[in-house]
Amino acid sequence: MRLFLGSCFTLVLAAAIGLGATWLTLTRGVAFGALSIGAWTAWPRSGSVDIDPYARATIARTGELPVGTGDGVAFYARSDDTGNPFDGRCSFAISGLSPAARFWTLTLYDLEGRLVANAIDRHSFTSAEIVRDAEGRFIINIAPRARPGNWLPTGGIERFVLVWRLYDTPIGVATRTTKEGPMPAIVEKSCS
Amino acid sequence: MILRVFLWILGALVLGGIVHLSTVLAMPQAAKQDAYARLAPVAPVNTMTTLAAPTAQAAVMPFMDPAFAVAVCRYDLSNAPLKLTAPVSQSYTSVTFYTRNSVAYYAINDRAAGRRTIELDLMTTQQHADMPEEEDVTAADRLIIESPTNAGLIVLRALAAEPGLMAMARRALGAAQCRVEPQAKP
Repeated sequence: MRLFLGSCFTLVLAAAIGLGATWLTLTRGVAFGALSIGAWTAWPRSGSVDIDPYARATIARTGELPVGTGDGVAFYARSDDTGNPFDGRCSFAISGLSPAARFWTLTLYDLEGRLVANAIDRHSFTSAEIVRDAEGRFIINIAPRARPGNWLPTGGIERFVLVWRLYDTPIGVATRTTKEGPMPAIVEKSCS
Repeated sequence: MILRVFLWILGALVLGGIVHLSTVLAMPQAAKQDAYARLAPVAPVNTMTTLAAPTAQAAVMPFMDPAFAVAVCRYDLSNAPLKLTAPVSQSYTSVTFYTRNSVAYYAINDRAAGRRTIELDLMTTQQHADMPEEEDVTAADRLIIESPTNAGLIVLRALAAEPGLMAMARRALGAAQCRVEPQAKP
């Protein structure tokens, strides 16, 4: 009897641990070989056959197609430089110089990877349409309400993800340090 | 008693680890809504299809880049190799090859291709090995890609640097073709 109870307990606990760990890793997007620069994180190996089993399982579950290594690299940010998670009711400013790439795009998604509805129908900026100052620096304002200059609307949703995709770039699997690929800073401006 | 409980818990941990690893490894095969499955209803086999642009209301796949026009060829090499022809658009253009389970195994952009048209032959390792030798020589300037799986996806992306250029990017992709090569004459 004790043996039976013990094995039941063990099996239930094992299932809970195993499935719980799988669910956690796949929803959090755990993968190896992360390249973090400031608030931005990329997984360059996910765009090649060296993709690890966790990233493979994650993309199979979400149904997305990763950016291929010969094409470019995608950086994700879910919080600003100090670690405050993005809140669509607050405003954030991204500032800096363009990273080393032939083209880049910056897109705002909800946590499920959908574009966010807004009045001016803007979901992203490309490197070609951004307004810069004389030195080539730019500021992108991410805010629920209209801002002058480069305004990327949040639509007022609670949580969002920013994806910075660099196309035809030297930044990739071999990049090790922040110096090789400086990424723009993200600062929270105000919260209403 | 305490030792016995400890042993049961230790067993549960080991077993849980096995459950975790096997579910992670099985996920790509078990997933019902992966990219290939999402594209199956909109993209016929071995035909280039331009996808609808993602909007806040609807998108074929999550995390699509809205600045790009996208065309997909859902291929099946079980009968014959495939030939891909893609004219390069004015702006940035790339071709990425994915296996049935969304692993990107090859990607090339317009600059790396270095021509006005990207031309590629896609075949399985077996089909490449079966190719007559003379043909391999005459085809020295042909770019041959080996697909690790019979089925998979070719994704063409053309950048519209400004929203006004989207129509042009989509037109450029409209001229792209993927078709099964006519069988070699006996």
